[in-house]
Amino acid sequence: MVASTTGTPTEARVWELLEEVTDPEVPVLSILDLGIVRAVRVAGPQVTVTITPTYSGCPAMNTIATDIRLRLLAEGITQLTVHNQLSPAWTTDWMSAAGRAKLTAYGIAPPVDGTATGHVLNLFGKATAVACPLCGSAHTQLVNQFGSTACKALYQCQDCREPFDYFKCH
Amino acid sequence: MDHPADLQPAPAAIAHAPTVRQQLFEFVLQLADTSLVLGHRLSEWCGHGPVLEQDLAMANIALDLLGETRSLYQYAAQLEGQGRTEDDLAYLRPATAYRNPLLVEQPNGDFAHTVVRQFLFDNYHYHLLLALKEGPDAPLAGIAEKSVKEAAYHLKWSSEWIIRLGDGTAESRQRLDKALATLWRYAAELTTPTATETALQGLGLVPDYADLLPAMQAHAAHVLAEATVPAPQVVPFAQRGGKGGQHSEHLGYLLAELQYMQRAYPGLTW
Repeated sequence: MVASTTGTPTEARVWELLEEVTDPEVPVLSILDLGIVRAVRVAGPQVTVTITPTYSGCPAMNTIATDIRLRLLAEGITQLTVHNQLSPAWTTDWMSAAGRAKLTAYGIAPPVDGTATGHVLNLFGKATAVACPLCGSAHTQLVNQFGSTACKALYQCQDCREPFDYFKCH
Repeated sequence: MDHPADLQPAPAAIAHAPTVRQQLFEFVLQLADTSLVLGHRLSEWCGHGPVLEQDLAMANIALDLLGETRSLYQYAAQLEGQGRTEDDLAYLRPATAYRNPLLVEQPNGDFAHTVVRQFLFDNYHYHLLLALKEGPDAPLAGIAEKSVKEAAYHLKWSSEWIIRLGDGTAESRQRLDKALATLWRYAAELTTPTATETALQGLGLVPDYADLLPAMQAHAAHVLAEATVPAPQVVPFAQRGGKGGQHSEHLGYLLAELQYMQRAYPGLTW
């Protein structure tokens, strides 16, 4: 059921609304695709949404919290708290399959599973093999572990020569 | 730092006795000051990096450190419970109240100098966070759990650059040697506990630094060997004092810039 005029929403409706809130830096991804919404609690008119940051310094988190407020406000939900929860720490494993497909279509290579921390200190180790999201070639090269935003690394395709972002594992 | 009215830190359950709570406040503040000052130093490179990729790398690391700083200041403010906010702690304390070790306030110098400063810090930071994330204080463990993933990337970056510069050209080697000779004396302060840290170590809230040293020394030895650089001698006149509020003249200039807006326009928000 949708939020009633008394302003008492259901938890399911809040989740539906959250699906419409997108990452301001990767607008094809909803925050549910990203896997950053950890919990929704509804107690009468009071709604609490708990989100977890992708990276500690991610400047998108404040914007996302404001966007959640605006989306829920449009539905008549006025009593909202958005909590920022650090633990358990977000991992790219929480990104949905739909989210990964949307990223590729958008031109960003999605995280390759099983390449998160652990191998990080392998100095000058072989870079993660990432398929080019534009031409599909596996013949790609890591240009910079630090990319245009905290969550991305910069790669270049050796076949189509296009540079592309890789949503790095975490 | 802005005022994230919509995003609130998850409330932390704080169950420490008042004395311990005060000590933990001081320790968390020290960690926050350290990340803030080093993050600010790194951000001074923005637009001045030797190549675009490394300019981006340093700005990214600065942003990670600033993110960790905010979490730490928020927690410190909760521990203190006097109504001060993360912004008050960052912008409204004088240099003598800052508790960062001297290493992180040292000026950037050339790229090799920045890399050595970062390597000495990252090697300590990464191993400290690994231990803190297993610690008994849940909020601090949560911050460490988040930040250690980022710190691993930082340590990889600075370690690889030590190797490139040391095993690179005569010019890069000479610059690395000079930076090591200048900065090595600041490393010991990182793992020399203050009275507060010693008290918290006794309670198990802060890891015993003696337990961190073997892994730190092993990593440093590996990286320096790869860089073909002999390990610097232990200096008899190690520089310390920052964790007790006795700073070099560099911190005052740094804070003058960092705090300018709040000092000139108190209460200003974006």
